[in-house]
Amino acid sequence: MTQDRPTARELLDAVAEFLTEEASPALDGRRAFLARVASNAVAIVARELALGPAADDAESERLRTLLGSKGPLDALNAELARRIRDGSLDARREDVVTHLRETVRDKLRIANPRYLQS
Amino acid sequence: MSEPTPEQLARACARAFGLDEVRVDGLRRLAGGASRETWAFDAIGTGIEEHLVLRRDRAGAAFGEPPEFTLLQAAARAGVPVPAARFVLAPQDGLGGGFVMDRIEGEAIPRRILRDDNLARARDAMAAQCGTILARIHAIDAATLPPLQAPEPGVAPARAELTRFRELLDRYGEPHPTFELAFRWLGAREPPGREPALVHGDFRHGNFIVGPEGIRAVLDWELAHLGDPMEDLGWLCVKAWRYGQSASPVGGFGKREDLFAAYEAAGGALDPEAVAWWEVFGTLRWGIICIVQAFTHLDGHVRSVELAAIGRRVCETEHDLLELIA
Repeated sequence: MTQDRPTARELLDAVAEFLTEEASPALDGRRAFLARVASNAVAIVARELALGPAADDAESERLRTLLGSKGPLDALNAELARRIRDGSLDARREDVVTHLRETVRDKLRIANPRYLQS
Repeated sequence: MSEPTPEQLARACARAFGLDEVRVDGLRRLAGGASRETWAFDAIGTGIEEHLVLRRDRAGAAFGEPPEFTLLQAAARAGVPVPAARFVLAPQDGLGGGFVMDRIEGEAIPRRILRDDNLARARDAMAAQCGTILARIHAIDAATLPPLQAPEPGVAPARAELTRFRELLDRYGEPHPTFELAFRWLGAREPPGREPALVHGDFRHGNFIVGPEGIRAVLDWELAHLGDPMEDLGWLCVKAWRYGQSASPVGGFGKREDLFAAYEAAGGALDPEAVAWWEVFGTLRWGIICIVQAFTHLDGHVRSVELAAIGRRVCETEHDLLELIA
């Protein structure tokens, strides 16, 4: 069933605004800080809803090519980690690094987009 | 464990200072960690007014002189700026295990230290001050200290720390391919072993109290251990402790050249390649600590939105690692 407005994203924006504009200024010291942390966490969730599925699809596609394997994303990452650790991907380090750079960039676009400019 | 009361603290101070009566004002909790608490208070009695800090362990800690208390005294004797350690809590104080030290006035918040106009002169001086302070810490004779964590005999400090964090990461059973790349890079380039020395273990921007003249006190000695002194220099340069001022590698305030020159001028034995290794290691260590802190919340030990959110900082350290090793 289609949900009524506000959308999930709009609800999150409303929560973030409340935390930043009302809760944080009304609290002192540590709780004001935690309200800002909470607002930031809500913004992360909003970005993940928007960007996460496409990022996961791109990551899976890159891993299937890199590893020559199929399967869900978790299993592909477990295989990548295992094969880096046991040295069997040492000869393909450049390809591994390229993949990791793109994966980390997509993670940062969700978790902290400003970090990419620092 | 219940909160300390002004009355309890007043009796403890009276006992420790040899006074009949003490009044405690302004008791307030400072930022607390998961394993211990820090409280500020003032103790007023005949002829005294002391600004103090109570540091105590959460429930279950043993009595007796905490290692950190002894370390603070040893550091002070070595000319390291630290709060004066005043007294150890006794069982009859009813406050649990811990100690009381002086409270140092100044700024402790890194982003403020980096942007406050009044602290411009401090920023210019701090990298060199860090070098001098670290040389003095590393020169402290470990034989005069309580037993501290140290590498197994015959195991180089770098190998011991890599093993420790390898095992810590494995405990969570999650794949972290970028960290695997970092472990391989570090394992292939371990610095040679050297005689273990006292290492502060958490010497970074965020653990200093700063005034206009520079560093007034080095805090948070609970991770002190015996190891490779270059570990402290590397940790200080980790990007996370630049708080957005990435162009200044030392804490967002200074240059490596100033840190290194002062370290050597104060008698420190510098190995720049080892420092670079320990900076990469420190980046990996901070990334793993982010996972540990997120799981402290997720496993229900300490529920906290702050701890939960730190889990999403892992990718910052992955970014930094790829910049360093790729």
